[in-house]
Parts: sequence; structure tokens; C-alpha cells
Amino acid sequence: MSRLALDGVRVADFCWLWAGSYATCLLAYLGAEVIKIESMARTDPSRMMTLTLAVHAFEGVDSSAVFNSINLNKLSVRLNLKKPEAVELAKRIIRVSDVVTQNMRPGSMDRLGLSYDVLKEIKPDIIMLSSSSYGAEGPMRSYGGYAPSFACYSGLANLTGYSDGPPNPMTGSTDLMSAATGAFSVLAALCHRQYTGQGQHIDLSSVESLAVFTGDALMDYIMNGRVQSRRGNQDRIMAPHNCYRCRGDDKWVSIAVSTEEEWQAFCGAMGNPEWTADERFSDAYSRWKNQEELDRLVGEWTIDYTHYEVTEILQKAGVAAMPSLSNEEILSDAHFKERNLAVEMEHPVMGKQVVVGPPWRFSETPARVIRSSPLIGEHNEYVFGELLGMSSKEIASLMDEEIIY
Amino acid sequence: MPEQGLSHLRVLELCNLVSGPYCTKLLADLGAEVTKIEPPGVGDEARRRGPFLEDIPHPERSGLYLYLNTNKLGITLDVGTSTGRNILKELIEQTDIFVEDNPPLVMQELGLTYEDLKGINPRLVMTSITPFGQTGPYRDYKAYELNSVHAGGEGYLLPMQSPDLDRQPVKGGGLVGDCICGLSASLATLAAAYSMVATGVGQHIDVSKQDVMMTMVGLDIAMFANLGIRRNRFRWPVLMPTPMKCEDGYIMVSVLNDREWGDLKEYMGNPSWAEDERFNTWLERHIYSDEINPRVEECLRQSKKEELFHQLQAKAISAAPVNSAEEVLKSPQLEHRGFFSEIDHPEAGKLKYPTAPYKFSRTPWQAERAAPLLGQHNEPVYCGRLGYDKEDLVRLKESGII
Repeated sequence: MSRLALDGVRVADFCWLWAGSYATCLLAYLGAEVIKIESMARTDPSRMMTLTLAVHAFEGVDSSAVFNSINLNKLSVRLNLKKPEAVELAKRIIRVSDVVTQNMRPGSMDRLGLSYDVLKEIKPDIIMLSSSSYGAEGPMRSYGGYAPSFACYSGLANLTGYSDGPPNPMTGSTDLMSAATGAFSVLAALCHRQYTGQGQHIDLSSVESLAVFTGDALMDYIMNGRVQSRRGNQDRIMAPHNCYRCRGDDKWVSIAVSTEEEWQAFCGAMGNPEWTADERFSDAYSRWKNQEELDRLVGEWTIDYTHYEVTEILQKAGVAAMPSLSNEEILSDAHFKERNLAVEMEHPVMGKQVVVGPPWRFSETPARVIRSSPLIGEHNEYVFGELLGMSSKEIASLMDEEIIY
Repeated sequence: MPEQGLSHLRVLELCNLVSGPYCTKLLADLGAEVTKIEPPGVGDEARRRGPFLEDIPHPERSGLYLYLNTNKLGITLDVGTSTGRNILKELIEQTDIFVEDNPPLVMQELGLTYEDLKGINPRLVMTSITPFGQTGPYRDYKAYELNSVHAGGEGYLLPMQSPDLDRQPVKGGGLVGDCICGLSASLATLAAAYSMVATGVGQHIDVSKQDVMMTMVGLDIAMFANLGIRRNRFRWPVLMPTPMKCEDGYIMVSVLNDREWGDLKEYMGNPSWAEDERFNTWLERHIYSDEINPRVEECLRQSKKEELFHQLQAKAISAAPVNSAEEVLKSPQLEHRGFFSEIDHPEAGKLKYPTAPYKFSRTPWQAERAAPLLGQHNEPVYCGRLGYDKEDLVRLKESGII
């Protein structure tokens, strides 16, 4: 078996929900040993959720496809942190770990006796990531939020949607974006520790992790006092720059034309219809000014083809075009298949499950899906027995006392 | 000056516009020495994109460029010339991380693939960020952010909960598509750098923007693969899935569990409609959300969003106002965390910039320098680092190589 990038890195993971869990899932893809610390007394809500509301009802904490998708490659132990003995055991896990991650409301870890100040006494070079909605300090530190609130407060939702429609918070993807920010910051701290031997605490705000994605709009306000709003697919200078309806049911192709060369190629690929010579479209500025009419005319051309046909015609001519793909189409897309992004795994309770793995192709230390998400407490024996050296009798009695619970 | 997290890493960037520059900006912000290579004369395309200071186009006053290139050194080099490529290779010898975003065929033609470069520096970590990756049938296809977002599956789902399937799917706002690709590439790059320092072995990372976008909607892809359910942007039953209109804007209220629902009912003054037995469980509230959503909206309609935000949060309900850029700039929370920081730039002057979403206790985000002027660091890099003398620099400039 080949080396993994984060071989030898162990993470004591107190995260739950999407944004926390996916951050450590990314680290686990890269080879870190991530031990999820959870409990039946405080179950990760994503264990209770199914992919759809109506089709599959709750079938138990080990049957959530949602949980499975964002907790791949991890191990799981049960610890009921309401009990002081469990907190002591958590500390023993932390003593043999490199990273601690958590996304409870600010203050919760402190109340459990697991603040960074306590943890660095136990393990001086520990790296701790605390991820919360608004950050660990400041007037709104105690405020809660889920993915849509991050998108709203950060300014991202205000920029998403039709120009004449309401703001839109995007999909749950914003949670995963916050998660990627968390994984990035842990990696930066690991690189620093590798060089200096020093650990540190990271206080991450999910709201801010999305605000940085609106840098152009923020700079426009700072520089010019202008408040940008939603504009659908439209660009500040490119036109055409939109999705156009194609043959079939709800099929669309995205087309973006930037340079004069691309515009000429685009006209040629459509067979130079008469309207392309119209003065209203004679230069980039005019095309942008008249883009509504331009979009209508382009749409009259695309409607006779499938979105894949338009893509092929335009890409051959050197024009950027791609279908707006549905989840169904992605799975049968030739390029998607060749990139092996989806993997079929055997889950001990749910059976065969398709999951989407990591997006990077490393030449030496491949990141990949090695195992399904853990059953709750699946690795009690390995962690308490093998790592902490406890006897099976000891473990059994801690289970009886509902400390390992 | 406080310690910097990545000051031991030297990075070379051959990138344009958003994804690649954002990837290395994240490293530069934490202290990595990032040298950005731009084509002589014209520079990065982002220099010609707005917003511009006072709406006057100027290559040194593009807000987009200034934001994405803070903390970097800037040099000019024409890698299309053979001298330019040789100089690039000299730089590669002294580099830990090389990030590029050029079409695979162009890198092949230039003789600058990982295979070509690893002989020069076996420790090199090279990250290639392209629309579709280094393999597969679309490898040589062209894509702008719009195309990547739609090819990646999220576009088809937006605007989420659309009432009207006759209107086109849209992309996410701001720079979200390009930035998430840069961020994802950056974290993979750091993992490879960690491994390189541990083992002395470098490697190549192939990052496809389409792949990154797809992982962001991985749950939706899994939904079709496992259950055969096709998703699109049309409304489906979810309890309060999008922001609701209130007196002076929009407010997002997320209710996931019974406790939150109970507290929201109380906040609304326990209206009789909310006592309907059908709304008692989590699942049913979603199923009957068509009846609930407009009624909640009606209850909140007369209030201001800031008021709703603080009052609902006081009840531990996850509410958030929809903020504009202006409101983000004025947020007391972001202000408290020092999210915006002033940087002085020789052409653009003193401006506030968004900094970073993380606070490191030991190695904080720092503005060490403003974004580089075009070719600003030619002399320190070519003379200081590579040992060219000043006369060489003049000749290289006259022949258009730098």
C-alpha cells in the first residue's frame, strides 16, 4: 500500500453536523487517523437524517446515507461527555493525538473541561480547531447557525439568484465549503508544527469562510461605495454569459464568451446566422448592453440541439460551453466516469452505497475512500484497548456505567 | 512581527484570474514566500477586471487583482520563450511548491509538465488547477467559472426552491465557484507539502475544478446513485428553506428540531394555526411546509431583520439576516474579529481588505505587503535569488522576456 500524505497524524474529532464532519473527512481522505468521539447520549443529527424526507424514514443511527457521505474513512468511539470519567478518557485520547477538532457552540468545550488551555497542558503541541457560526469571540459569539444562515449573513446569498428574484442561500454545499476552510487551517497549523514543533488554537468563523468568496463585491463597496446585487448568470463584462435552453426536458447549456476571437468562433459554430452581423452585437460592449436580446437569439439556436451537442459544437470551435448537469446526468457522464470520483462501498448496515470521494489526484500519496463511515462506537476496542491499553474487562465495566455509551 | 505559519515554504505561481491566485494567496497570507509570475507588459487578466478604484480602469487598481494577490511578490516572465523557460526552471530548483493553471496541452508544448520538472527538483510539489483535470475526454475543453459551476452540478440546483422551471438555472454569487476550487487545491497542496517535508519526496496534484464542484454536491449525486432520485432547482417540501421577506429585507430562519419549533411558535405568540397536530414532528413539518412557510413569513413580515435576528437568537433559534456587502462591512461581529484590515498600496492607496476566516493563536493572518505592481520584484528575485546582474535584467527586459 502506498504512503498517505498525513500518515501518522491522529485527530480526536468532536465535530458533528455537516461543516464539522466534512472537515475531518477531508483530513481522513488524506490519510489522517480520525477518531470521531460521539455518544448515544448526544447523537450527531446527521446520523438521524436520510437523503430524502419521504422515501426513507429514520431507520437507526447506523443507517444514514447523509452521515455516511461526510464521515468516510473515520473511526468512532462512544463517550458520554456528560460524565466526568468520559471527559478523562477523552483527554487520554487527546494525549495520543496531534489535532483536536470541534464545532460546538463557543464555550461548550470549556464547560466540559476541554478548553485549549487545558488541552495544551495535556499535550503541549496540540493543534485545536474550533469552528463555529460567527467565531469564538465578539458580540455574536453565542449565536447559532446552519449552512443557509452562513450564506445569508456572509453576503453570499444576496448575490445569488435572479436579478428580479429573492436572495438564495445556495445548497448545503456552503457547509462543505466552510469544512474545506477548516481542513485548510488544520493543515497550515500542521505544516507550522512540523517546522517549529509548536501547536496552536484556530478559531474559525463559518460566516467569514463564505464572506471571503465575495471579495470582488466587498472591494467594490470599499472602493466605490457600490452595493452589488444578484444578477443570475450574468457577468460584469462577458456576454453571452448564461444558460440556454436545449432540446429535452429542463435541459440547459452554459455558454461564456470572453474575447473577440471567441465571439467570432461562436458565430462561426452557429453557422453565422444573419443576426450575428447586427450592429447591436458588433463589439463586446454592445453585446453586453444588448444581452437580453442576444440571449434570446442564442436560445433560439440552442433549442434545436441537446446540451451535449451544443457543448461539442462549441468546444470544437474553442468556445467555453458545458451542460448544466443534473445529479442523474453526472453519474452517466463519460468524463465523470473516467475520473472515478464516485466509489461504491459496502456498508455493514445499509449495504452497497455510492459515495463521492475526494476531488484531488495525488501522484504519490493517493487520497481515496478506504472505508465506509463508522458505526457508532465501532472502534471502541481499538481505541480504548489498543491505543489506551485498557483491558476488555475495564472497557466492559465503563460500558455498564454508561461512560462508554 | 508575530511568527508566520508557512514562512518555511517557497511557492511559485503561474496562474491567471481567480482559482490559482486564490490558492496561493491563502499560502501567502500565512507567510509562505509566494512569487507570482505574470506575462510581461499585460500581466494577470485580473488586472483588467473590475471593480476598479473610483471606476477608472487601471491595471494597478483592480480590486479583484489587489484582493487575490495580497502578500505576494510579483515578477514578469515570458515562459513562451526558451530563455524564459530556462529562467523558470532555475526558479523551480529553489521552489517547494509550484502552482499552475494552464491548459494541459500548453504545459506539454512548453515542456513544463511535472515529468519535465521533477528531475530538476525531486522535492517539488506541483499543483495543476484546470477546468477538467489532466485526464478524461473533456481534458482540453475550455471553461470559465460559469461553465465549471454548471458542469459541477450545483448550478442545476440553483436558485434552490425556484417556483419557475421555465427560467434558467444560475450559478452561485460572487467568486464562489472559483474560490472553492482554489481553496480545495490549496489544502491538497499543503497536505503534499507536509508529506514532502516528512519524506523528501515531492509529487504532482491534479485538481479538476469540475471534480471540486461535484464534491460540493456529493450528497445530491449519492441521492441519485443510491435512491434514483433526480434533483433540480424546483421547489420541494422543506421547512423554511430560503430567506423570508420582512419589513426591510430578508431573514433566514432555520428550524431543525422540536425545541426550535416550540420556541419559534412561542416567539410568534403561539398562533392557533401552529397548534395543528400535523405539524408536531420534524418529518411532518417538512411534508406540510407549504402550509407553514407562508404563515411564518406573515408573522415576521412587519419586523425588521436585525430585530428578528437578535430576538430569535436570544431564543437560540438560528436566524440570520441577508446582508449586503455594505452590511458585511458594518457588522459589529466581523469588526470585533478584525475581519477587515487596512493595507497601503502604492497605486491604490490605503484600502480595507477582507482578511481571513480563521484566527490562529500563534501565527495570525498578516498583511506583510500589498499586491505587487507588475514586475515589482524582478530585481530582488532575478538578481538577489538567481544571481543575474542588473545589466542582464536590462537585456532581458529589452528582449521582452521579463
